[in-house]
Amino acid sequence: MQASPLLRAEGLVTHLFTDSGRVRAVDGVSLEVRAGEAVALVGESGCGKSMTALSLMRLVRPPGRILEGVVEFEGTPLLPLSDAEMRRLRGGRLAMIFQDPMTYLNPLMRVGAQIVEAIVLHQKVSAQAARTIALEALERVRIPAAATVLDYFPHQLSGGMRQRVLIAMAISSRPSLLIADEPTTALDVTVQAQIMQLLAEVRRALGSALLLITHDFGLVAEYCDRVYVMYAGQIVEEGSVFDVFERPRHPYTRALLRSTLGPDKRVASFTTIEGQPPSLIAPPRGCRFHPRCPEAMARCASESPPRFGLGVGVAARCWLHAGDAPAGREVAHG
Amino acid sequence: MLFYVARRLAQAVPLVFVIILINFFLIHAAPGDPVFVLLGSMDTTPEFVERVRREFGLDQPLWVQFATYLGKILSLDLGYSLRFQEPVLGLILDRLPATLLLMGTALTVSSVVGILLGAIAARRPYSVTDHASTIVALAGYSMPVFWLGQIMLIVFALHLAWFPTQGMYSLRAPSEGWGRVMDIARHMVLPVITYSVYHLALVYRLTRVKMQETLALDFITTARAKGVPEGRVVFVHALRNAVLPVVTVIGLNFGFMLAGSVLTETVFAWPGMGRLLFDAIGARDYPVLMGLFTVLSLMVIIANVITDVIYAMVDPRVIYR
Ligand SMILES: Nc1ncnc2c1ncn2[C@@H]1O[C@H](COP(=O)(O)OP(=O)(O)OP(=O)(O)O)[C@@H](O)[C@H]1O
Ligand SMILES: [Mg+2]
Repeated sequence: MQASPLLRAEGLVTHLFTDSGRVRAVDGVSLEVRAGEAVALVGESGCGKSMTALSLMRLVRPPGRILEGVVEFEGTPLLPLSDAEMRRLRGGRLAMIFQDPMTYLNPLMRVGAQIVEAIVLHQKVSAQAARTIALEALERVRIPAAATVLDYFPHQLSGGMRQRVLIAMAISSRPSLLIADEPTTALDVTVQAQIMQLLAEVRRALGSALLLITHDFGLVAEYCDRVYVMYAGQIVEEGSVFDVFERPRHPYTRALLRSTLGPDKRVASFTTIEGQPPSLIAPPRGCRFHPRCPEAMARCASESPPRFGLGVGVAARCWLHAGDAPAGREVAHG
Repeated sequence: MLFYVARRLAQAVPLVFVIILINFFLIHAAPGDPVFVLLGSMDTTPEFVERVRREFGLDQPLWVQFATYLGKILSLDLGYSLRFQEPVLGLILDRLPATLLLMGTALTVSSVVGILLGAIAARRPYSVTDHASTIVALAGYSMPVFWLGQIMLIVFALHLAWFPTQGMYSLRAPSEGWGRVMDIARHMVLPVITYSVYHLALVYRLTRVKMQETLALDFITTARAKGVPEGRVVFVHALRNAVLPVVTVIGLNFGFMLAGSVLTETVFAWPGMGRLLFDAIGARDYPVLMGLFTVLSLMVIIANVITDVIYAMVDPRVIYR
């Protein structure tokens, strides 16, 4: 038996009610992150990864709305919590960092003040003590001359330094889960590696779990234990990183791997998957991947495949596995 | 910061020079003998005309005349009013406090109220209150000041008699202390409202738009993700950022408000510079007009310097590069 997970989402549905129609950005997502674990959420641009993360943090803003599902964090269901209770978790036990460090810091506030703000919201400490904690956090993310940087404004820092500041802010209250939404996409390649190393290091030091959102399988292989593959608002495959790389069960995962990994499975240049990602306003009937799928069968166009459990922690949403699934392990969503 | 203020002031100097230059050429561009421009339609003797011609150096070459004119202004000599038989500078300085009091109050009230209402409206865009306040703002925005002033006078001063109709103080009110402050305040209510309506509507509309834009920015998400309460997100994180362009517009608007003081002060017989300008136009009192033009231009330049300094105080990116 597994201990109950740190974070569990079940049948999460978040749609955006836009002028051009209802965008089904998150359409029945279930996932788990266990304490201390590093989990990846991968998928093409626009498949709903960020919306999933925002839903987990309950940070979805209009026109978006969480419609149904369960989100449990440390055993507490989050969706019924009051706004004030939710705020106590955000930036405390449950923290998040974002894609573009250039725009995610307030340009008019000193770096130190922004970190201190996060600290005094979650820890009962004096302003002076909060400053000391902020300094420690900056030192933990290896910012040189951290004491000076506290008094800097964001525009005085490089992109890599700003992402370090955002990480320092996120870890200042020692979260048990850090959600990182493409934390290195906007950075130079050399800086990307440094930031990923840093995240791994910080995670080890604090024992935090990590939910890493990315479309880079290279990062998944190097830094994560398990992976969820997302397509058009749904999780189509899940498994340990080893499993998914060795035996990808879903044709989409195979295509995604081929597009990022060369024949010898080393990270190669990025080639895209054939066909267009589907519209999330009117997703294809049946399996959402079937119009692009090289292995599509007649049934794929009409019936939406359920989630087929294929072993401990391994599952795929694909009719190819209709025969493989052990009896009683078929779980349908949506 | 001090260095920035000094630099900004230094940049204003050439501007002042240009204003004086334009002012000077305005006199000379006017058709006919500048002496008669200066004298207006006064009945004068030839000797007086000669005296004025000499006094203003109008018998000298143009560049000498300009140097003299510049010298006079720099030594705070703005000439002599023919109508009031008084130095122009004294006339203006007498009326400056009344105008600054009225304008300053109106500018402060309308800016603060406009920014707050705009920020509140942006929190719930497209709600009923938002639509209603937008319509009211639009009305305020397009209301002619002169007409509004008259209506206010008729309704609140004449019919309801809640406020005095004219001037800055009553003769029977105490001439010092708290009683006098209250008396002036009562006289200020209607002109301040008249003055504020347009500006308030402008500030409100701009703040609302800028707040909506700012609330959609990424760092607002960061603030929410770290657990900052919504009130603080709006009034600390978003408002400071949203208000920057509003500060610029308020500063630019200072000039328009000064121009508007002619109307408001005339309607309410407020003893300020706008009223003086109106009277000077009526009396073709050119020295007063030219003096007012110089002083008003100077005030606008100073207001812009102050605006820039306030902007720099809010936005560190201006100074720390
Ligand atoms: N504010 C919004 N208004 C309308 N549609 C939106 C909005 N935000 C996101 N979407 C749509 O929702 C879908 C999911 O977006 P999301 O940002 O979650 O994608 P993503 O997987 O994070 O992509 P990326 O890799 O580009 O970050 C996309 O199709 C996007 O167009
Ligand atoms: Mg995203």
